[in-house]
Amino acid sequence: MARDTSYDAVMERRAEIMSKALGLDYDEFVISDIAFDYEGMMERAGYSLEEVRKIQAEAGVGNTPLLELRNITDLVRQTSKKGYGARILVKDEAANPSGSFKDRRASVSIYHAKKLGYPGVLAATSGNYVAAVASQAARKNLGVLTLQEVFDSRHVGQPEIIEKSRKCEAYGAEVVQLTVGPELFYVSLILLEETGYFNASLYSPFGISGVETLGYELIEQVRSKYGKDPAYVVVTHAGGGNVTGTARGVLKAGAKATKIIGASVDLSGLHMASDNDFNKKSFTTGHTGFGVPFATWPDRTDVPKNAARPLRYLDRYVTVTQGEVFYVTEALAQVEGLERGPAGNTSLAAAIALARELPEDEIVVVQETEYTGAGKHPWAQLDFAKQNGIIVKRGDPKENVPGKNIVIPEDFSQISITEMDLNRMRRSYIRNAVERNKVEIVTEKDIQFLAEDTKTVAEFVISILRDLGVNL
Amino acid sequence: MCTQIYSEVISVTKECKKGDWVEIHYIVLEARERTGDIPEDTQKVPLECWIKGWAVEEGSLGEKITIETPAHRHVEGTLTRINPEYTHTFGPYARELSTIGEELRKALKEGN
Repeated sequence: MARDTSYDAVMERRAEIMSKALGLDYDEFVISDIAFDYEGMMERAGYSLEEVRKIQAEAGVGNTPLLELRNITDLVRQTSKKGYGARILVKDEAANPSGSFKDRRASVSIYHAKKLGYPGVLAATSGNYVAAVASQAARKNLGVLTLQEVFDSRHVGQPEIIEKSRKCEAYGAEVVQLTVGPELFYVSLILLEETGYFNASLYSPFGISGVETLGYELIEQVRSKYGKDPAYVVVTHAGGGNVTGTARGVLKAGAKATKIIGASVDLSGLHMASDNDFNKKSFTTGHTGFGVPFATWPDRTDVPKNAARPLRYLDRYVTVTQGEVFYVTEALAQVEGLERGPAGNTSLAAAIALARELPEDEIVVVQETEYTGAGKHPWAQLDFAKQNGIIVKRGDPKENVPGKNIVIPEDFSQISITEMDLNRMRRSYIRNAVERNKVEIVTEKDIQFLAEDTKTVAEFVISILRDLGVNL
Repeated sequence: MCTQIYSEVISVTKECKKGDWVEIHYIVLEARERTGDIPEDTQKVPLECWIKGWAVEEGSLGEKITIETPAHRHVEGTLTRINPEYTHTFGPYARELSTIGEELRKALKEGN
């Protein structure tokens, strides 16, 4: 008998479909409605750093070069107060097989899917991760089905996403292209059920453990070349996996004083599920439209418990503008000879402003680059923006209004960051944890979990819970 | 041009043979079937889907056809393109970025 594929019937079966497609029972890690054993899940369900290094060596992933950006560092020092302007290093993740750090995440998921005997893998995202999954699946002779949100209702698609579709097809993947809407998840459930494929979720413990090597490697590289730890590691933040995996790796390398700073492109005011807004943004990832909701409620994803939990690790979270990222993308090509990005250069834009805070002998690491290609290029993206009614001009980035204009800085000194209020985000997360789990009474174990999950202490959590009128 | 309405790209051939690489389209959810939890503008339009694969039968543009996808699924939809090509590019010259390199080289030279 054919299965009922109506929306309600499929969503009804979601838990069963997801559990089968991940081969992982999350129940054993559950402590209460709010709390779960995060470290236990990462240890028992994920892979150890040593195992991941072995998997990635075989997959041709990782061990990317760490490059010093001498000219950009000079420009930072010219625009800092005397004696300030930390050295900026960049981890050239574009050197991975499919051109981004996402190969780290995909390599472990695909290794796991192969080990468990799945016939293929499914990945549902419009970012570099789909290309990484397609590339790694090709190396392991696994079938691959990718699902992308590509078009608005006019059938107009972001050039960057169209390029991602092309890349997946180049690796032999089936590419399912959809118009805007969160029901992409519903389609992914139907396809998982139909194919029996593994859900190569961005948010599984396998994927996140794959990113730990990035943090670990960069600390090893900085230590061996400069004999010290970096003051800051700046991470482009979207769904939270990049921050979480990198920070875990940095900690595993013992760099306890290194600050983890998330950076996103400011897209405030644009709704990510809006048909009209969809093509008014030039960045399809690394922006606040993912960065904020995924930090304040990580368990909104396609897995029961998200392994990417950015508030557990973030020391600071900053934003930059689209125009600033385009500017530094051009700068990186023109004075460093590295044509990369643009979206992956979000953390570089932030690092330029952050390096000015630090003395010259400190180090700031930008932990990724990504490949550039047709569609995934500043000219293509600025042209697309103009055709969707966005004003593109040189000027003061402070005039930036997402969805209305893109202001390319007139001068290097104008590159700056806006600090996000992490305590406000933590509060929002705690509220979500209580409300979305429909919890009436919060226990001591919950408080301990929430403190760990927000990188705070019990007193902080209790004060917010009291404020929210929750029974303790 | 980056803003390309893909359905308006004219295929040279109007008919496909079995084994041709083609693109099909179908509606996943009509507007009225969409979830309530989405913005109003999105609620008003259907959720649409395009997939490419090899035609398992002959067909004409605008007709229903079944394809076999690279993941070996058989999917039925309306034939929208035959031998679909990618037309995204590096884009036209961006005046707003064109002088940044010179400006920075000048600053580096003066700084030294």
